[in-house]
Amino acid sequence: MAEKFDAIVVGGGPAGAAAALTMARAGLSVVLIERGEFPGAKNIFGGVLYRQQISDLVPDFWLEKNAPVERHIVEQRVWMMGKESMVTFGHRNEAYKEPFNCFTGLRVKFDQWFADKAVQAGAIPVYSTVVTEVIREGNKVVGVRTDRDDGDLYADVVVIADGVNSLLGKAMGVHKEWAPDEVSLAVKEVISLPREKIEDRFNLEGDEGVTIEFMGETSLGMAGMGFLYTNKESISLGIGVMVNHLRDKRVKPYALLEAVKQHPMIRKLIQGGEMQEYAGHLIPEGGFHSIPKLSGDGWVVCGDAAQLVNFVHREGTNLAMTSGKLAGEAIVAAHEKGDYSAASLRLYDEKIKQSFIHKDLKKYKGMHQFLKEQDPALLFDKLPRALNEAAYNMFLIDGKPKADKQKKAMQVVKDAAGGTVNLIKLGYKGWRAMNG
Amino acid sequence: MSECSVTDKLFTIRYKCDDQSHLIIKEADTCVKCTTKDCNYFCPSDVYEWEMKQKITTVAYENCIECGTCRIACPSDNIHWVYPKGGHGITYKFG
Ligand SMILES: Cc1cc2nc3c(=O)[nH]c(=O)nc-3n(C[C@H](O)[C@H](O)[C@H](O)COP(=O)(O)OP(=O)(O)OC[C@H]3O[C@@H](n4cnc5c(N)ncnc54)[C@H](O)[C@@H]3O)c2cc1C
Ligand code: SF4
Ligand code: SF4
Repeated sequence: MAEKFDAIVVGGGPAGAAAALTMARAGLSVVLIERGEFPGAKNIFGGVLYRQQISDLVPDFWLEKNAPVERHIVEQRVWMMGKESMVTFGHRNEAYKEPFNCFTGLRVKFDQWFADKAVQAGAIPVYSTVVTEVIREGNKVVGVRTDRDDGDLYADVVVIADGVNSLLGKAMGVHKEWAPDEVSLAVKEVISLPREKIEDRFNLEGDEGVTIEFMGETSLGMAGMGFLYTNKESISLGIGVMVNHLRDKRVKPYALLEAVKQHPMIRKLIQGGEMQEYAGHLIPEGGFHSIPKLSGDGWVVCGDAAQLVNFVHREGTNLAMTSGKLAGEAIVAAHEKGDYSAASLRLYDEKIKQSFIHKDLKKYKGMHQFLKEQDPALLFDKLPRALNEAAYNMFLIDGKPKADKQKKAMQVVKDAAGGTVNLIKLGYKGWRAMNG
Repeated sequence: MSECSVTDKLFTIRYKCDDQSHLIIKEADTCVKCTTKDCNYFCPSDVYEWEMKQKITTVAYENCIECGTCRIACPSDNIHWVYPKGGHGITYKFG
C-alpha cells in the first residue's frame, strides 16, 4: 500500500502553495506536487503582486532580505491607444507607500519563494512530477496518479490548483473545456533596461514603480489589453487577446507583440533595452458565470483552475492565494472532524462566498457577456480611435472656434458608436456589466 | 528596439526536450478537410505547420511553450494535449 497523507496539493502556483502553507502550519501532512523543475518554472504573469493577500499569509514579507518583489507601485496609468497617439488617465499617490499597495514581480522568483514557505512549514515537495489523474473510490477522490514509477499517492483530500488549463478539473468533470471566449492568450517579453533609465523615463525614485495598461488600436480590433510594468532593471511588456478573436483574426501572437513594441508611445520607453525572455500563457476570463462547483467528496479546486480571476482589475494571484488559504482552512476544519465528505468541505464554498473573491467577481458578472456580445472592432478599435481623434482636435489650436471643436469631437465619438442612441445603450450596458 | 523573430524569442527559453511529443494530431484526415488551418496562426511558438506535399499538419512540439491555446482553439478539437513529462518542456528564468 502506497503512503497516505492528510492532503495532496496539485500545482505549486500561488493557489497551491497557499493551501499547502495553511495546512502544513496547522500540522497536517501535506504533499505539494509541481510539474516544473521547481514552482514557477512554467509560470508567467504580467507582474502585479498585491500586498494585502500575501501578508495575510506571510506578514511583513517585503522586509525580508531577498523579498520576491521588484518595485512598489506608486502610479497606475491607463492608456487608450490610437495608431500613433494616446489618451491617458492615471493616478499617482505617495499614500501607496504607507502601507504599500502592490508590487511588480517575476514568477520564477516569487513562486519559488512562496512554495518554500510551505515547505519550511512542513509540506513535502514533489517537483518535476505531473499528476496524470485522480484516483477515486466510488464517488470519493482518494489520491492521485503521477508520471513517476510507483507514482500513486493517497490522501484524505486532494487540492486541485493546476492553473488555467486544469486538465484534472476537466478529467474529473468539475468543468468542461473552456470555450475560446473564456480565455485570453497573452504573450510577454521581459526587456532589460538599466535602473537609471527606468527611473528617468518613468519619473521614479529608488524602488518606486509604475504600471501601464493599454487598450485600443494596439490589439488590432480584438478584445484585449496590453501591459507595461517597471521592474528593478527590466520592463515587463505584453498583450493578451481573447482566443476566439485571435483565431478569427489570424494574427501571429508574437507579431502582435512586435507591433506593440513599435508603437511610438511604447518604443521610446523600451528603447535601448534587450529582450531577456519571451513567454506565453492563458488567462481565465470567463468571470463569475464560469466558476465551477468548488468542492466535493475528497476534493477542492482553487485559483485559475476555478476561473477565479478578476480580469477587469488584472487581479489573479491574490484571488488564487486567498482561495488556497480558504480551502486550506476548510480542510483543517474537516481534518479536526475527521470528515472529508462533500458536506463537510462545502465550508470552503461558504468561505469563498463571504470573501472579496465572490463579491468582486459578482460585481463584474455581466462583463464577459458584454465583451462577447459587442463588436470588438467597435470597443477596441473604433471608439479608442474616435477618442484620440476628438482629443487631438480639442488640443489643436487651428483658429477654429472651441464650440465647433467640441461639437465635432462629440460627433466623432457618436459616429463611431453608430449614433447617439447606440452610444447611450453601449454606455448603459457597459455600466451594467461593471455593476452586477 | 530592433524587430526580432520568433526564433530569437524562443531562444530565450530553456527547453528540456522529451523524445516523445506531448501534442498529438488526433485524425490526420480532419486536418486535410480543415479549411482554415487556424493552428498555423494562433500558436505563439509556431508549432504547427501545414505540409502541402505530404498533406499533414507537422508538429514541432520541441518549441511548445505549453500555453494550451491549441487545445481550446482548434475548431475541430483535433489536438490531443497533455503536459510534457515531469521536469521536461520549458523552464522560464524570469516568468
Ligand atoms: C499574462 C498574464 C498576466 C497576468 N497579470 C496578473 C497580474 O498582474 N496580477 C495578478 O495578480 N495576476 C495576474 N495574472 C493572473 C495570475 O497569473 C493567475 O491568476 C495566478 O497565477 C493563478 O494562480 P494558480 O496557482 O491558480 O495557477 P498557476 O499560477 O497557473 O499555477 C498552477 C501550477 O500547477 C502546475 N500544474 C498544472 N498541472 C499540473 C499537474 N497535472 N501536475 C503537477 N503540476 C501541475 C503548473 O506547473 C503551475 O505551477 C496574469 C496572468 C497572465 C497569464
Ligand atoms: S486547426 Fe485543427 S483541424 Fe485545422 S489543421 Fe490545425 S489541428 Fe488540424
Ligand atoms: S500549447 Fe501553446 S505553444 Fe504549445 S503548441 Fe499549443 S498553442 Fe502552441
